Amino acid sequence: MFMVRELTCLFVGGYALFLLILASRIGDADGFSALLQHRLVIVLQVIALPMVLYHTVTWLNLTPKVLVIWRGESRVSPVLIAAVHYFAWFVVSVIILWMVSMYR
Amino acid sequence: MAASEAKGTDKTVVLEVFRYRPEEEEEPTFQRYEVPYFEDWVVLDALNHIKDEIDGTLTFRWSCRMGVCGSCGMMVNGDPKLTCAAFIRDYHPATIRVEPLNYFPVIRDLVINMEDFLEKLTEVKAWLVPQEEKPVSEGEYRQTPAELAQYKQFSMCINCMLCYSACPVYGQDSDFIGPAAIALAQRYNLDSRDGATEERAEVIFSHEGIWECTFVGDCTRVCPKNVDPAGAIQQAKVSATKDWYHSVLVPWGKRDVKSR
Amino acid sequence: MELLQHDILIVGGGGAGLRAAIAIGEENPDLSVGVISKVYPMRSHTVSAEGGAAAVIKPTDSLDDHCYDTISGADWMADQDAVELFVNEAPAEMTQLEHWGCPWSREPDGSVAVRPFGGMKIERTWFAADKTGFHMLHALFQTTLKYNNVTRYDEWFATKLLVHDGVCQGVAALELRTGQIRAIAGKGTILCTGGAGRIFPFTTNAAIKTGDGMSLAYRAGVPLKDMEFVQYHPTGLPGTGILITEASRGEGGVLVNKDGRRYLQDYELGEPLDVGDPEHPRKRTMELGPRDRLSQAFVQERRKGGTIDGDYGDYVYLDVRHMGEKKINKKIPFVRELCQNYVGIDPVHELIPVRPVVHYVMGGVHTNIDGETPLPGLFAAGECACVSINGANRLGSNSLTELLVFGARSARSAVRFGSQSTGIAAEEITAQAAQEQQRIRQQFFQPGDGSESISGIRQELTTTMEAGAGIYRDEKSLQETCGTIRELKERFGKVELADHSLTFNTELTSALELEYMLDVAEALAHSALARRESRGSHQRMDYPERDDEQYLRHSLAYHAEGDDPRIEYLDVVITRWPPGERVYGSK
Repeated sequence: MFMVRELTCLFVGGYALFLLILASRIGDADGFSALLQHRLVIVLQVIALPMVLYHTVTWLNLTPKVLVIWRGESRVSPVLIAAVHYFAWFVVSVIILWMVSMYR
Repeated sequence: MAASEAKGTDKTVVLEVFRYRPEEEEEPTFQRYEVPYFEDWVVLDALNHIKDEIDGTLTFRWSCRMGVCGSCGMMVNGDPKLTCAAFIRDYHPATIRVEPLNYFPVIRDLVINMEDFLEKLTEVKAWLVPQEEKPVSEGEYRQTPAELAQYKQFSMCINCMLCYSACPVYGQDSDFIGPAAIALAQRYNLDSRDGATEERAEVIFSHEGIWECTFVGDCTRVCPKNVDPAGAIQQAKVSATKDWYHSVLVPWGKRDVKSR
Repeated sequence: MELLQHDILIVGGGGAGLRAAIAIGEENPDLSVGVISKVYPMRSHTVSAEGGAAAVIKPTDSLDDHCYDTISGADWMADQDAVELFVNEAPAEMTQLEHWGCPWSREPDGSVAVRPFGGMKIERTWFAADKTGFHMLHALFQTTLKYNNVTRYDEWFATKLLVHDGVCQGVAALELRTGQIRAIAGKGTILCTGGAGRIFPFTTNAAIKTGDGMSLAYRAGVPLKDMEFVQYHPTGLPGTGILITEASRGEGGVLVNKDGRRYLQDYELGEPLDVGDPEHPRKRTMELGPRDRLSQAFVQERRKGGTIDGDYGDYVYLDVRHMGEKKINKKIPFVRELCQNYVGIDPVHELIPVRPVVHYVMGGVHTNIDGETPLPGLFAAGECACVSINGANRLGSNSLTELLVFGARSARSAVRFGSQSTGIAAEEITAQAAQEQQRIRQQFFQPGDGSESISGIRQELTTTMEAGAGIYRDEKSLQETCGTIRELKERFGKVELADHSLTFNTELTSALELEYMLDVAEALAHSALARRESRGSHQRMDYPERDDEQYLRHSLAYHAEGDDPRIEYLDVVITRWPPGERVYGSK
């Protein structure tokens, strides 16, 4: 199962590459939307989204392993630590969506 | 297990056991044995039954039969297990395949060569090096329950090496220091009485140490004592990184040897 | 064969053996030490000990109190000079182990915590949750890794002591990997090979507890002392015999019969306090009485019909539910784990089935307070030795401390002896080892008539030991057992191994272990037959009283080739505690 997790890295990296290409077309409105509407790119989006989500979820679930906080003799609940990260993810996503919506 | 024979049973279970007799054969083989089935038998009971009643040449290690000595680790249906804690009822009626622990050289039958691990224990300096010397006459080093809790989990390792058998990195590169040895090094690094984190750092904060780990996490999954070696290694990565930044950004500052 | 040589040899890599090795590593780093162990040291049976190790540290406690508890617990069979020395050195040894990293459980202020234990008037049992032996062994083993002068012979099986000119000059040991028997020479040899619980069918002991060192010494003419005293631990799991630590009673657990009654109150162990009472558990009372009395109470309760029938014999219940989940997880987590894994019950909510099972052998190789045996050059420490500090019944948590105190002392004695040694008779002992190799080949690889098997003889041995030399014995049962052992020893000669391999031949080592077990059983049964009194863990139904006039003496069993052992007696050393009555349960 860990192989699947490792493979999703390819998609994360690949998508980042895609974003770079997209960014290089800012300013060229036609090229920009043409790229986004290209069939292959849509396929990429469809595959990449679940991959990246899986990667994110597994990564966030592992944060308590790495971030150990002690309160006296016991550790802060691993569930709480993961939950805080999920919450942060949510907040960041909301902020980004808001920023995007400002540019309509 | 004398009492088990007191109850009669007509059910049986089949074990397919790895055999390797270096004096007789070049290649290993598998041998099938049919043993009586008892509700409360573990795989080790079956192996002992085979050795006592069927085939005295079958060779394996065991001792405490209660999951604390770490002798009886073997692959059971492809998964590393303590055979004294693997219940036959969880496999029956399927055939149970018993093999020696993965990734270790096999001496004979189910007995592997574990010298590599013992060398690593010495390499990582898995013993207490007190921060400050104190004569016995002055009593014990003080350690609060909270300080004890920091490293307690990692001190539970019974050296059974199931984690090494589950680690694909160790499988590919036996130079990798490995889960148990690193967890034990961390056990001492996190012990409030110890002062040798820097000394150990050379060995474990290295390419063959924590950085070879890709956080597969199987070591933690198979550990029978919940030591969580994967957690130990990742925490070590964080503290090694923090130390590095600290030493780079604040080179004149005292190194935080108790960094977690 | 090339002769392997060291200054000091230690046979056995458990708590006592490793402590001895460290003592030399620390104090005599110029001497070379060989540690010979038939298993890797961290597999030694010390690892299974759970409850704790005793040493006086509380201000309300005193050395004299620890002495009195130990001596009365031993039913006055303990040598009081040895006990005084032991109690005196215990706190320093335990603190030293803490300095070597042992993770003792702590009080909130950071000092070492102690818990109540059976037969002790005041709390003095240091503990590391309920895996004290595990933590002690690993702390000791990991500490030995520091010393360059310690060479380990892991998975070398000792088969004979090499004695020349009346001096023990080493051991012959089988290297499991190669099947070769090599002579290993040492100016001093320390036996730390542990006990022999495996001669009984139900035991807390691991497979390796087969009395090896005891037999090695016995055959070399060293007497085995007090072998008749065998401790049954009152709370083992039925069937497997897995240990449920005394600490579960120290922390407040209670024993109840099939009607839920705390039956110990019927056996002169005092009045039960309610489990909610702040004074519960009261020391030296009820469940915190000594182990021999509790095991005997079980047998008597069984005769009254108060025990519960099970697949593996009858049992009673240990109730820890009132302790609550939090306390159980903190103080006896391993007990919880064992119950869940091996009995399928959760002690937080359910009762634990328990019964007495063989746990410890008070007797062993006769030594003085410095660990010296009557054979020059041979020393012994730990469960395989009998100093004696445990007498007729050992108090829980004294034996882990004993490993440290006498492990260190015997090492120092061995070093002193070795420094005066005139040298090793290399040729002679090498020849003896070669003869040993021949003997084993001839004895075990010769075709037999197939009528006897190792497991068959072993089973008959354990059956007769439990039947004739169990918790209650009498003349007839002991005579029968002695006779059976005689017969088994003869039949053993017909055993032929299926495995003639040289590579890791564990069938051979099982056969050798069975030979050791037969020796130990013989010494035990004959010593028990000769002791016509009841004292501590040795209870004769035909001689139910203690007889200080005739028997305030240690029994010494001497091996006699082809004959029954010769039993002699040695006075017990009494210093400041004249023999008195053992009283438990007083308010």
